[in-house]
Amino acid sequence: MQERAQLLLEIADDELILGWRDSEWTGIAPFLEEDVAFSSIAQNEIGHARALYELAARDLGTTADELAFDRRPEEYRCCELVELRLPEWERTIARHVLYERADAERLERLKASDDAEVAGLAAKIDREEIYHRLHAEMWHERLKDEPRYVEALEELRPLIDRRDGHTPDLAALWEEMTSVRRSQPVGTVW
Amino acid sequence: MVTEAQVWEALAEVPDPEIPVISVVDLGVVRDVRIEDERVHVEFTPTFLGCPALEPMREQMAERIAQLGAEPEIEVVLDDSWSTDRITPEGREKLRAVGFAPPTPRSDSPTLVQLQSNGFRCPYCGSRDTALENIFGPTPCRSLRYCRDCKQPFEQFKTI
Repeated sequence: MQERAQLLLEIADDELILGWRDSEWTGIAPFLEEDVAFSSIAQNEIGHARALYELAARDLGTTADELAFDRRPEEYRCCELVELRLPEWERTIARHVLYERADAERLERLKASDDAEVAGLAAKIDREEIYHRLHAEMWHERLKDEPRYVEALEELRPLIDRRDGHTPDLAALWEEMTSVRRSQPVGTVW
Repeated sequence: MVTEAQVWEALAEVPDPEIPVISVVDLGVVRDVRIEDERVHVEFTPTFLGCPALEPMREQMAERIAQLGAEPEIEVVLDDSWSTDRITPEGREKLRAVGFAPPTPRSDSPTLVQLQSNGFRCPYCGSRDTALENIFGPTPCRSLRYCRDCKQPFEQFKTI
């Protein structure tokens, strides 16, 4: 059970942190369609994180909120790719493409799991991710010959496998993400 | 003691908070109703996992069941058992009537080519000359399309 929870946490943390990063485009994306798209993608990713945390929380005897917001930044298991604050559009798209491709492979593996709960949830998540992938590939087609985009892909690609440590960006995001919760007494019911 | 039929009837009055013309029963998200003495056990599947309507739907279902004098037990099932194919024919008509194009069948898993094709009908004039404006829309379950015939933008329920 511990092993399963650790795997679920890794994915949940990826989705939660990426969801926060994607939501940073809400209101300021280069055009309205993308404002809507990234806001919606962020909402989906955080929804996936919640479902994954709920499953892990049952194994660990805790709650989804505690797992999402009451751990120290160094306890998160997300990859460095999702942590970075990327105010440049081409780097955001490069991350989106790299993440969606890797996530698709991960979901395929999970869907084949012997664990019915994990396989069922992965199948549900994958149905929604189809739309993220279509969006990512549409942008990849549009930008694939742009040097700045190609450079961003090369720069960010190695970060998807890096889970041993964290970038300073995660600590900064954690401060922001947990500030409201930390301002209230422990045990506050939300 | 309440009957299953009474529970289904009560749940048919619980609206989707974001598309109030359609009920949770029309949406097909109520998977099962079981009566165990005074307890009513309902299995319920989210449409999209990040859908903010999830909690209000759950609370309203519990409230309706409590009004029948039973003890509600709402279980959220997190698997792939819900599909937009489960939206009832009545539900699809209600969607169309308020300007949402109902989803296409799950059998054709969405591709960009398909979304950009003219296989989608305008809910206002019925024309197939419609274009994809945005895969994403105001809620996770909708895309935005535009009808080139009646010049009307409309929302397309995503296939899940």
